[in-house]
Amino acid sequence: MSLLEIENLSLRIGETPILKDVDLTIGAGEVMGLVGESGSGKSMTALTVMQLLPNAASAEGRVSFDGIDILAATEDRMCQLRGDDIGMVFQEPMTALNPVKTIGEQVAEGIRWHTRVSRAEAEARARQILDRVGLPEQKFPLSRYPHQLSGGQRQRVIIAIACALKPKLLIADEPTTALDVVLQAQILELLRDLVDENRMGLLLISHDLAVVTQMADRITILRHGEVTEAGETALTLSKQAHPYTRQLALASTHVPERRVLSSLEGEKKPLLDVQNISRAYAGQRLSIFRNAEPFRAVDDVSFSISPGQSTALVGRSGCGKSTLARMILALDRPTGGAIRFMGETLTGKDEAALKPARRNMQVVFQDPYGSFNPRHKVERLISEPLHLLEKQPSAAERGEMVAAALREVGLRPEDMDKYSHEFSGGQRQRLSIARAIITRPKLVVADEPVSALDVSIRAQILDLFADLNQRLGVAYLFITHDLTVARAITDHVMIMHEGKIVERGPTGEVLDHPQSEAAKALVAAAPDLHRAIARRMQEQG
Amino acid sequence: MTLPAAEFERETFGSFVAKAFANRSFIIGFMITALIAGMALLSFFWTPYDVTNLVVADRMQPPSRTHLFGTDQFGRDVLSMIMVGSRNSIAVAFVAVGIGMGLGVPLGCWAAARGGFVDEAVMRFNDLVFAFPALLSAVMITAIFGPGAINAIIAIGIFNIPVFARVSRAGALAIWPREFILAARAAGKGKALITVEHILPNIANLLLVQGTIQFALGILAEAGLSYLGLGAQPPMPSWGRMLFDAQTLMMVAPYLALFPGFAIVITVLGLNLLGDGVSDVLDPKLRRQR
Amino acid sequence: MTAYLLKRFLIGALTLVFASLVVFSVLEILPGDPARLMLGMNASEETVQVLREQMGLNQPLLLRYFDWAGGLLTLDFGKSYTYSVPVIDLIAERVVVSLPLAIMALFLSTVIAIPVGVFAAQRRGRTADTLSMGAAQIGVAIPNFWFALILIYIFAVWLRLVPAGGFPGWNAGVWPAFKALILPAVALALPQAAILARVTRSALLEVLGEDYIRTARAKGMPRSHVLWRHALRNAMIPVLTILGLQFAFLLAGTIIIENVFYLPGLGRLIFQAITQRDLIVVESVVMLLVATVIVVNLLVDLSYAIVDPRLRSRQ
Repeated sequence: MSLLEIENLSLRIGETPILKDVDLTIGAGEVMGLVGESGSGKSMTALTVMQLLPNAASAEGRVSFDGIDILAATEDRMCQLRGDDIGMVFQEPMTALNPVKTIGEQVAEGIRWHTRVSRAEAEARARQILDRVGLPEQKFPLSRYPHQLSGGQRQRVIIAIACALKPKLLIADEPTTALDVVLQAQILELLRDLVDENRMGLLLISHDLAVVTQMADRITILRHGEVTEAGETALTLSKQAHPYTRQLALASTHVPERRVLSSLEGEKKPLLDVQNISRAYAGQRLSIFRNAEPFRAVDDVSFSISPGQSTALVGRSGCGKSTLARMILALDRPTGGAIRFMGETLTGKDEAALKPARRNMQVVFQDPYGSFNPRHKVERLISEPLHLLEKQPSAAERGEMVAAALREVGLRPEDMDKYSHEFSGGQRQRLSIARAIITRPKLVVADEPVSALDVSIRAQILDLFADLNQRLGVAYLFITHDLTVARAITDHVMIMHEGKIVERGPTGEVLDHPQSEAAKALVAAAPDLHRAIARRMQEQG
Repeated sequence: MTLPAAEFERETFGSFVAKAFANRSFIIGFMITALIAGMALLSFFWTPYDVTNLVVADRMQPPSRTHLFGTDQFGRDVLSMIMVGSRNSIAVAFVAVGIGMGLGVPLGCWAAARGGFVDEAVMRFNDLVFAFPALLSAVMITAIFGPGAINAIIAIGIFNIPVFARVSRAGALAIWPREFILAARAAGKGKALITVEHILPNIANLLLVQGTIQFALGILAEAGLSYLGLGAQPPMPSWGRMLFDAQTLMMVAPYLALFPGFAIVITVLGLNLLGDGVSDVLDPKLRRQR
Repeated sequence: MTAYLLKRFLIGALTLVFASLVVFSVLEILPGDPARLMLGMNASEETVQVLREQMGLNQPLLLRYFDWAGGLLTLDFGKSYTYSVPVIDLIAERVVVSLPLAIMALFLSTVIAIPVGVFAAQRRGRTADTLSMGAAQIGVAIPNFWFALILIYIFAVWLRLVPAGGFPGWNAGVWPAFKALILPAVALALPQAAILARVTRSALLEVLGEDYIRTARAKGMPRSHVLWRHALRNAMIPVLTILGLQFAFLLAGTIIIENVFYLPGLGRLIFQAITQRDLIVVESVVMLLVATVIVVNLLVDLSYAIVDPRLRSRQ
């Protein structure tokens, strides 16, 4: 008998079907990967096992954990199981801890509740598990509050809470999605070790095929609430028997077809020239009269981009890459250095003088939901940069320009009368790109433009970027923490670390043979589907 | 790869109306508010009796078919007085909300757009005005200029300024860091233009809801002021003043205290329900079951 | 922590200074000649001149302000024109009515509202929730002075349990005095309690939707435990904000309620002072009430720091 057995599980929330006939088993000490795109029902499967579903949900089928019928269990019985026999780790470390309680209280609470030991005893055990997850006492006493910890550290606390009583089953729902690749690798390793030490079963939920392949013994692929394929990880992914498996695997490793624009490469004059730029923020106040040293988010950075060139700016979260992007876009003022764009100095200019530069430099953001004013129609959204033109176009001209831009990104001109919420995430990112290219800019700065998208959509958007680069000759500055994206779409790469650019060069070269410590760490941590499958095959001989 | 929920879904006017009329609070609130507003409008053209006409022979009549709500100590028809009095309540509350919005919203948006010193100054101004509840301002104004309906408007209006400044500042601060604002800035738009084009339409919900709340509070505050004699003066009928007059006659004619009170409660209740309904429809976050 | 406290304290002090400027300009500068205003148009020039002298109106403006503000700091508010006694004595006599009344009302409203809010939040969408929030909705709409009239009618006129108004003074014994304050306190407290209960409920529901509540539930904590130990403390921040604002309304409310019940408190004093145009009393009492509001808001700011550790370590 397996530890967890899910048979014919169907779930609806109100009238909406969420899961249909899902089967899944996990044995003791086994890692099961549950993969699927957003809305496939992965998280709901996990919440069913925990019985933490929304009130309106109704589940049918059989879920049995360690011989206990979960769907029939009383709330009291579930309270005994949760946190003791089943632990759960969530996606968002920034909001998953109670901000007004110390980490010690939050870890010890579950221990006291389940084992009825004294406060001192519970705290001692909380101390042990925090030490185990990599939060040693000297730096992380029990009296720390969540806001005093970084995202990665908070996720460790949440893992400590989940694993404090050595549960038989651990459920991790996208545990590393909110973290950068280096932190991701560390957290995954920690989970792996904890599972091995205590022979826990692990249900690892992720949208990232590479992550799951690294970790899971077996995988289950979920699509629209149904299991499309399940089986041993290496076998399933190498055979790719089901077309959807194949589609997912292809999309995860997709590289758009593109050739280097040699004609433009030769040009001497750089499009963008950044010289010794810095951005410092006032330090945190230590006491009333004393501030800490100013924090240098960007520290003496220089580089240039030629016309038509696609450059990646890669680094861990908090390394200063977004601040750098904002300064290039003249949305934030540098504290030192100069930025020249098409031969003109941008730094220190007022908004009116920046207009010509802004026409030639546009931006695409990460969040396809937050990038549009929800109260405007597409025509108004897309035409916003036309504000920058010398002569304001007439209504008819404006409509034509919007229609042309929509066509460029693969949408229909009729779409201009809709609101942004009528589009899917991928379509919204197309809208975002249409807005960026409507003034025919020479440079587009894209800040994590595909990291919020599902893999299959991501592949399409990368193709679009590549296509526009070829056809319009627009140069890109791609900001990303994802090396797969950098590899797929850029000619040059710059590795940023703690405000400085530590390594740069042609993308393939740098990523294949990293020299700096920061680059090596990034490359080592980056999940790679092919490598992961190969390693799995090897392990099994 | 966090997929943030689309919290700011755009409502078309049609879908808003459809949803609103499926919301119980909204329907009841809307009907009550319409009824009171209709009554106030009607009073300009017709009331059952003339409220300036004192008929001593008919004084202190209990409710009957001829005088639905009875008559007061001067023989005036209470229903007619309540109808005419509603004008005063609505006018005072309306103008006070207008003052609050007209000055508070620009102040709040300015603070959010500029930040730094401007923000600090606006916040400190808020603190200062918040220290003067409407009643205290009214007391001071009355002490100098004598009583009158204008005092009530000014006192309540001034207190509304920081309320709207606070709400619009908080709303605007939540919008400013969003990516569509950055996109607008990348399109070369200045802070004033962004505030008009992007911030205001997105905080309109908040302002609408706060507006109905302040309207209701304004009616309560006006009633309190005119009860104390700091608001509208006789012979202009006002709900608060009617209650003051009724107090001394409570032993003999308790109904005199009943009907103006009901008028206030029902009006305020209607407005609050309307506000609740609007915010339910526009921001379903709290209603989502989790 | 100290930096936060110090900043809040300085802001409170600064607000107080500005508030005193406002009161001074409205009541001493705006009327032009306060002495003439107090005595009325019929008073002879000599009497007005005497009062001017007594109020120090012949001195330069700045000096007058500093004199007045300095007086406030040393609790020397000047002498009432109508009562011919120091204002501080009048205030001292009245504060023993108003302060207990305000505290009783605040206490009542808190002990009613917070349990009701929690109760309703726990039963969201069920009949108990609908009923209690419906009652709260009506409670919010009831003007406190009308509610007071109804209470008087029921409990004083009809049931004859408590006096209809007036105050026997604390010398008459604690119980009779306390009894005279029960109805006024209830009249003040209930409409405020209705608001507070609604805020408590919605703040709790918002907090109950947070991720960390799910984390606590995943730990095996039962619902009620999560509500009391995790949610309530986080929900206290908006509740405290409203509580602070409510105190200002309560103070203003006492002015009305004291008039309904003929209680010799500060509200009654200020009201009589307006009718008698005793500006010295008006400005002193207004200043006292404004200062109380500012101090209470300062206390609310300080209590944020107790509830929320993020405030303690930042700024």
